[in-house]
Amino acid sequence: MNPIEPLIFEKSSPGRRCYSLPACDVPEKSIQDLLPAKMLRKEEAILPEVSEIDVVRHFTRISQMNFCVDTNFYPLGSCTMKYNPRINEEAARMEGFTKLHPYQPVEQCQGILKLLYDLEQMLKSISGMSAFTLQPAAGAHGELTGMLIIRAYMEKKGETRHKIIVPDSAHGTNPASAALCGYEVESIQSNAEGLVDIKKLKASFTRDTAALMITNPNTLGLFEKDILEICKIAHDAGGLVYCDGANMNALMGIARPGDMGVDILHLNLHKTFSTPHGGGGPGAGPIGVTEELKPFLPIPRIEVLATESTEKDKTNTYVLNYDYPDPIGRVRAFYGHVGMMIRAYTYLLSLGKEGVCKVGEYAVLNANYLRYKLKKYYGIPYGKTCMHEFVISARKQKGKGVSALDIAKKLLDYSFHAPTIYFPLIVEEAMMIEPTETESRETLDAFADAMIQIAKDIEQQPETVHNAPQTTPIGRPDEVKAAREPKLKWEKNKSS
Amino acid sequence: MDYIPNTERDKEIMLKEMGIPSFESFLEDIPKSLRNFSLTLQNGLSEPEVLKLLQDLSKKNTHTDNCISFLGGGAYEHYIPTIVDHLASRSEFYTCYTPYQPEVSQGTLQVIYEFQTLMCELTGMDVANASMYDGSTALTEAALLAIRLKERNKVVCSRAIHPEYRQVLKTYLKGFGAEIVEIGSPEGITDVNQLEKVFSDKTAAVLIQNPNFFGCIEDMEAISNITHKYDALFIACVNPISLGILKPPGEYNADIAVGEAQVLGNYLNYGGPYLGFFTVKKELLRKMPGRIAGETVDSNGKRCFVLTLQAREQHIRREKATSNLFSNQALLALRACIYLCALGKKGIVEVANLNIQKSHYAYERLSALDIFEPSFKKPFFNEFVLKAKGNFRINKINEHLLRKGIIGGLDISAFYPELSNSMLLCVTETKTRESIDRLVNELAQIKV
Repeated sequence: MNPIEPLIFEKSSPGRRCYSLPACDVPEKSIQDLLPAKMLRKEEAILPEVSEIDVVRHFTRISQMNFCVDTNFYPLGSCTMKYNPRINEEAARMEGFTKLHPYQPVEQCQGILKLLYDLEQMLKSISGMSAFTLQPAAGAHGELTGMLIIRAYMEKKGETRHKIIVPDSAHGTNPASAALCGYEVESIQSNAEGLVDIKKLKASFTRDTAALMITNPNTLGLFEKDILEICKIAHDAGGLVYCDGANMNALMGIARPGDMGVDILHLNLHKTFSTPHGGGGPGAGPIGVTEELKPFLPIPRIEVLATESTEKDKTNTYVLNYDYPDPIGRVRAFYGHVGMMIRAYTYLLSLGKEGVCKVGEYAVLNANYLRYKLKKYYGIPYGKTCMHEFVISARKQKGKGVSALDIAKKLLDYSFHAPTIYFPLIVEEAMMIEPTETESRETLDAFADAMIQIAKDIEQQPETVHNAPQTTPIGRPDEVKAAREPKLKWEKNKSS
Repeated sequence: MDYIPNTERDKEIMLKEMGIPSFESFLEDIPKSLRNFSLTLQNGLSEPEVLKLLQDLSKKNTHTDNCISFLGGGAYEHYIPTIVDHLASRSEFYTCYTPYQPEVSQGTLQVIYEFQTLMCELTGMDVANASMYDGSTALTEAALLAIRLKERNKVVCSRAIHPEYRQVLKTYLKGFGAEIVEIGSPEGITDVNQLEKVFSDKTAAVLIQNPNFFGCIEDMEAISNITHKYDALFIACVNPISLGILKPPGEYNADIAVGEAQVLGNYLNYGGPYLGFFTVKKELLRKMPGRIAGETVDSNGKRCFVLTLQAREQHIRREKATSNLFSNQALLALRACIYLCALGKKGIVEVANLNIQKSHYAYERLSALDIFEPSFKKPFFNEFVLKAKGNFRINKINEHLLRKGIIGGLDISAFYPELSNSMLLCVTETKTRESIDRLVNELAQIKV
């Protein structure tokens, strides 16, 4: 067990320095001569005074208290914790990308603009959508952008529709994004198979409904087999279909949302396209739309101006175009999470056509293999097979007094990160498992063995599961105390 | 290269164990009509080939180390201590997920907690969250918070706020059914007299950037007092580097302080990813969007950290959440955290001072030239606006400079038609006296 590392503030000692700046090489004036006193800070900010070795040890030590994809299998459902290739990092850290100012003249930025343009083309091909914007900063930001496009489209048609339908198995961001755009959210109950209930959808999708937000495969890891009819129901009622592409990994090279009739799709570069999760971000949530919705995409859009070419020497000029009639506006400053786009582009160059197809295939294969191995020991309420993930229910184990949370904690003692738990909400004691394609058969076997051992322990000695984890840097934290007596920053002399 | 360890042989072994004749049987639910498409992608490439392609693309860009750039306008070039790259490159930080399992995520959680503390120290505010997408979305979420809290549908916004931030605000607020009242800044800072006139019982908040887009320092105290007289929230959008010397939002009674923290150890990255931050007075804690780390104890009574107050968030509250936010900018917050620790108490003052000294030196020398006059005569931090005089044209001036390897100031006429023929110049600590003098000398030679 690692010793607990103090906070950096507790290591502070007056006068210590970690970094030196060049001396002022212009004639220095007193600040008071340059700026009015009322604009100046009265109390200095108490930043830590530490040496370089202090800072290096501090962050190195605390890093070692993390599980990560590089150290542990991370079967977190809906999060697609696949391996983050190092070459992506290498590419994103090239100076020609990191040291580029967003307001540099486009002539100086042809390399990055070509990359962004080409990435849009690749995403179009993979998803079957007609046009992309790379601007949204995350999946939820893509959802919001999508909702704004739906609103603008309906307004342009002169229709006021105030409702968005969301299945009860959807990610929480879906209803939150719709509500942020002023939409009323109607949740529809999934059917006995865990899929969208066609009858209910038909009844709910009225002329008041702007769109359906759907996730396919859904959060149970099941392909919505009636997807063509679902899209038709929405379209026949004059509405649109938004697809949450969080689960796109299942479909890579297998099927395309654009062909299903989806009107707007967001992709998570930090899931499907291998950019790292960074401990919570940055992600990136580009959205793709149909030809009809193209005019509403946020500005600026990246375009090829002209092609001067002989077959051999083709020179394209890439520009940022702000001149569109109906854009929803801007959803963030500048052009999006360019650093993540460089990584995704690098990934797709490495993979190529064949690699993309293998991603979907091996993600589905791995999930089914694990599902098969666990089904004798845990309840799996929906489906006979799955796509890239599946959801087990620890309901049976709950009967022995052991919850999904306990099982999750016990897995940490086996050096596996826990699956997503208590989601989707429609499964009791849910544990959502997504192995991804970047794990080997041996890793899956070891994880299955741990899960099976835990299931056996629950039968024979449930207390060993209750008391987990025992081997992690800390034991279970008191979350109630954290919320009841919020202590959200370090304060001198107040910290115990 | 596809990063898939399992081979055809593994696949066969796995299928055999499952008793499945063919992989295709897992895909039976997918309508046949959807299976018929072809990908227009190239064949996969080897590592050396991919690296070569990326290097070629990267070299097609002229980056700021290969020239002298005076661009700012919301994205800034600052020195980044080498330890920032080294420590933030630890994959324990960048290949992990949101810290939902605190027992194996204390590294990330402690970083967030330290980041929150550092941002509170710098801004003088009570509480900070774990980060936002960028400055523009942080400002917009602050406006939404005020609209919800006050149950009023108007926000007053200075035209001296970054134009792209205002565009984002407009996009979001339109969807939300709220209205923006803009007030002018004819002399480079927000017109306080006009501000007094636009208040109504529908005003939820006043939004001011400091230093503003023109680099000028606003009278935050006066605006804060007026805003509170009308029971609206005062939202300050600040540059964290400036707070080494400039008055922090906590000292002028701001209710919410947000901003762009790219300046704290993060690269320009052609505009993203950047790092929004969000801080509030403690009364607003439970209305705050985004993730928050808090201190608690573990089962053995040891201090530890967890994500807390999650009842505000979308995965619990769904459509009733304080925002739709899910991911944040944890990795950039880590960089900011390392940056601030590296600079320390003295360094943050030094870096702010260098920005002020160098920009004022450049301002004095440039305004003495025949071709320019200062657009405003207000105190500024590290940016200022100059107008080309007579027949001199900003675009011609910048073209001349580009030929000499210098990127001049940002032409702001597209954002502000009333400020035609003007450029916004930024001078941070990265500009040596020699490079400033070179700019001045090149400009001195320009003929109409």
